[in-house]
Amino acid sequence: MKAGGTRRDHTGLLFVLPFLTAYIVMLIYPLLRGMALSLQRVDLFGGGRFIGLVNYTRLFADETFLRSILATFALALMIVPLLTVLALALALALNRATKGAAIFRGVFFSSSVLSVTIVTLIWRFVLAPDAGLLGETAQALGAEPIPFLSHPTWSLWALAITTIWWSIGLPMMLFLAGLQQIPGDVYEAAALDRASRWTTLRRVTLPALKRTVVLVIMLQTAAQLQIFGQAQLLTGGGPGGATRTMVLFIFESAFARWELGYATAAAEVLFLLIVLLTLTQYVTTMRGSEGDGGR
Amino acid sequence: MPLPSLELRDIRKAYGATPVLDGVSLTMEEGEFVAFLGPSGSGKSTLLRIIAGLETLDQGEVLLAGERIDTLPPGDRGVAMVFQHYALYPHMTVRENMAFGLKNAKVPRDEIEARVAEAARVLEIAEQLDKKPNQMSGGQRQRVAIGRAIVKHPKLFLLDEPLSNLDAALRMRTRIELAQLRNRVDAAFIMVTHDQAEAMTLADRIVVMNDRKIQQVGPPMEIYSRPANTFVARFVGSPAMTLLPVTLAEGAGGDYASVTLGDGSVVQTRVPRAGLGTGTLQLGLRPESVRLTADGGSSAKVDLVERLGDRTLLYAHLSDGQAITAEDSGTSAVQVGDTVRLRIDGGSAHLFDADGAGHHAEAQSA
Repeated sequence: MKAGGTRRDHTGLLFVLPFLTAYIVMLIYPLLRGMALSLQRVDLFGGGRFIGLVNYTRLFADETFLRSILATFALALMIVPLLTVLALALALALNRATKGAAIFRGVFFSSSVLSVTIVTLIWRFVLAPDAGLLGETAQALGAEPIPFLSHPTWSLWALAITTIWWSIGLPMMLFLAGLQQIPGDVYEAAALDRASRWTTLRRVTLPALKRTVVLVIMLQTAAQLQIFGQAQLLTGGGPGGATRTMVLFIFESAFARWELGYATAAAEVLFLLIVLLTLTQYVTTMRGSEGDGGR
Repeated sequence: MPLPSLELRDIRKAYGATPVLDGVSLTMEEGEFVAFLGPSGSGKSTLLRIIAGLETLDQGEVLLAGERIDTLPPGDRGVAMVFQHYALYPHMTVRENMAFGLKNAKVPRDEIEARVAEAARVLEIAEQLDKKPNQMSGGQRQRVAIGRAIVKHPKLFLLDEPLSNLDAALRMRTRIELAQLRNRVDAAFIMVTHDQAEAMTLADRIVVMNDRKIQQVGPPMEIYSRPANTFVARFVGSPAMTLLPVTLAEGAGGDYASVTLGDGSVVQTRVPRAGLGTGTLQLGLRPESVRLTADGGSSAKVDLVERLGDRTLLYAHLSDGQAITAEDSGTSAVQVGDTVRLRIDGGSAHLFDADGAGHHAEAQSA
C-alpha cells in the first residue's frame, strides 16, 4: 500500500499549504531578508552592498541607539508591572455577574479599540501643561503644572500613563477569563476554612492565576518593547531624545536618514532582545510549577 | 434526654419569586446521623448550604448546640463541609489543604501537625501528605476532603452528596468507612443524597424532602414501612411501590378496611377503617406483598421480568390495565407475555387517602 500512503501524505500537505505559503511569504522570508539586509549598506533607492557586521559595530558605538535601548526598557519597566497589577485589580473588581460590572467591563475594554492617534490626542488634551486638564486643575489649585511633555522623566511617565490607559483592556479580559476558570466551591471551602479576603486572594486566587499572570507579563513585555506610535505622536522622541524608543530610532534611521541596512540591524537587535527576555521570563516563572494545573 | 444538636426553626428561602424552602423545621439529637433524601430541586442542598452559611435564609433560625449560628460567617459556625466535587485547593499539598483552616483559626503549629497526622492516620493517607490533589485518584481526594473536615473537630459534619463522584466499588467501601468514621468522632452528621441506599444504610434518621418541604422524618425502616404519603412511598424503596386506585368495600372486614380493585377482586387489609375519609383511595403494595399463586387472586399479564439472582421481579398489568410489580423466587420460570395469577397480601398493604396521606397496618407490619 505504498502508493496509497504517499498519496495520503500529499493530501495532508495540501491542507496546510495555504497557511504555509502565507507564513513563509509574510514571515519567514521577511525575517531572513531582514537579516541579510542588516549586513548591507543600502538606502531606499535600492542597490545594496555587503559590508559584514559594520552596521552592528556602528550601532553599539551610537549613543543615540544605546539611549533608545535605555528609554525603551525604562518604559517597559514603568508600564508592564503597573499594567499587570491594575488589570488584575480591575478584573477582581469586575468579576461578578451584575449589570454594573458588565457595563464597566465594556467601558474599560473600549479604550483598546481606539487607534493610537486618537489615544495620543486624548492624552495630549489631558497632559499638556498650558491648556491640558491636569495643567488647568493644578493652576486652579494654585500649584505649578507638571511639565509632562517637556521634562525628561515626566515625559516618560506621560507615555507610560497613555499606554496603560490604552492597553489595559486585553490583560483585564485575560484575567477575567482566568478568574472564571476557578471553581466556586473552592471559595466556599475557603469561607468555611475561615480564610479572610486577603488570605483567599493570596492562597486561592493568585496561585490559580499564575499562568495568566505569566502570559500577560510576556505579552505586554513583547508589546511594550515595540512602543512607537505614542512616542512619535506625543513627544516626538523628545525632549532631547529622552523618549526616543528603539522602534522610533529604527523608523528615523530608515525613513528620515534612509539608512535601511542600519535600521534593519537595529531591528534585529530588538528582535533578539524580545526573544531572550520572554524566554527567560517563561523559564524562570514556570520552573517547578508543573502539577499545579488540575484540582 | 440528650441535648439537641442542630435545630432548624421554620426556614424559608426564595430565589426571587421562586420559593425553594417553605417552612422547614427539624431537631437533631447529639451525635445523630441524618440524611436529607430527595430528588433534584427538592431543596435539600439549599438547606445544607444554609446551615453551612453559604446561602442566606429569608426567614427562620438555625441553632447549633443551643447557639444561634445563622447570623455567623461560615467559618465561625462550628461546622465542616465535605463538598460533592471535593473543592480541594489545587495549589496546596494534602498537608496544606488540611492545615489551611486551622492556620486561619490561629491554632498553634504543633497542634495543627498533631491533628493532621491523626486524621491522615485514620484515613490511611499518611503517605500522600506531600502530594498535590491532581496527583491523586478520586477516592484519595475524597479522603483528603474528609480529612480537611475532621481536623477542625466540628460539632457538625455536612456532607454534600459525598459518594456521588465515586465508582460503584469505591462507593460501597467509602460508605462503610463513613459509618466507621461516624463512630470515631464525637459530632453530628448531615448527609445530602438522592441515593436512598446511602440514606438507608448510613442514617439514624432520614429526612425525605420534596417540593420545598420536609415530607417525612424518621428512622430508615419507618420511612420504608410507614411512608407518610404517596411521594415517600414511591420515592423510597426499589422498585417503587405499586399504587392502585381502589374503592372501600362497604360492610366487609369489620374494623379494618376492605377494598375493591379495578378488576373487581377484593383485598382485606389490616389498615383501620377509621380516618380513611370518603374520597378515592390508593392501595400501596411493595413487590414482596404481591406473589404468584396457582389459583384465585387477580389475573395479570407480564410485561418485563427482572432476574436479580436471589429473587425475580415481575412487572405486569392487571386486567383493567393498572401496572403492578410482583416478586417471585430467584428460580422463577415466568416469561414475558405470560398470564399469571397474583395474590395480594392485604396484611402488609398500605392505603393512601384522597389527600395522599398514608394509612398503615397496626404494629404487626410496622
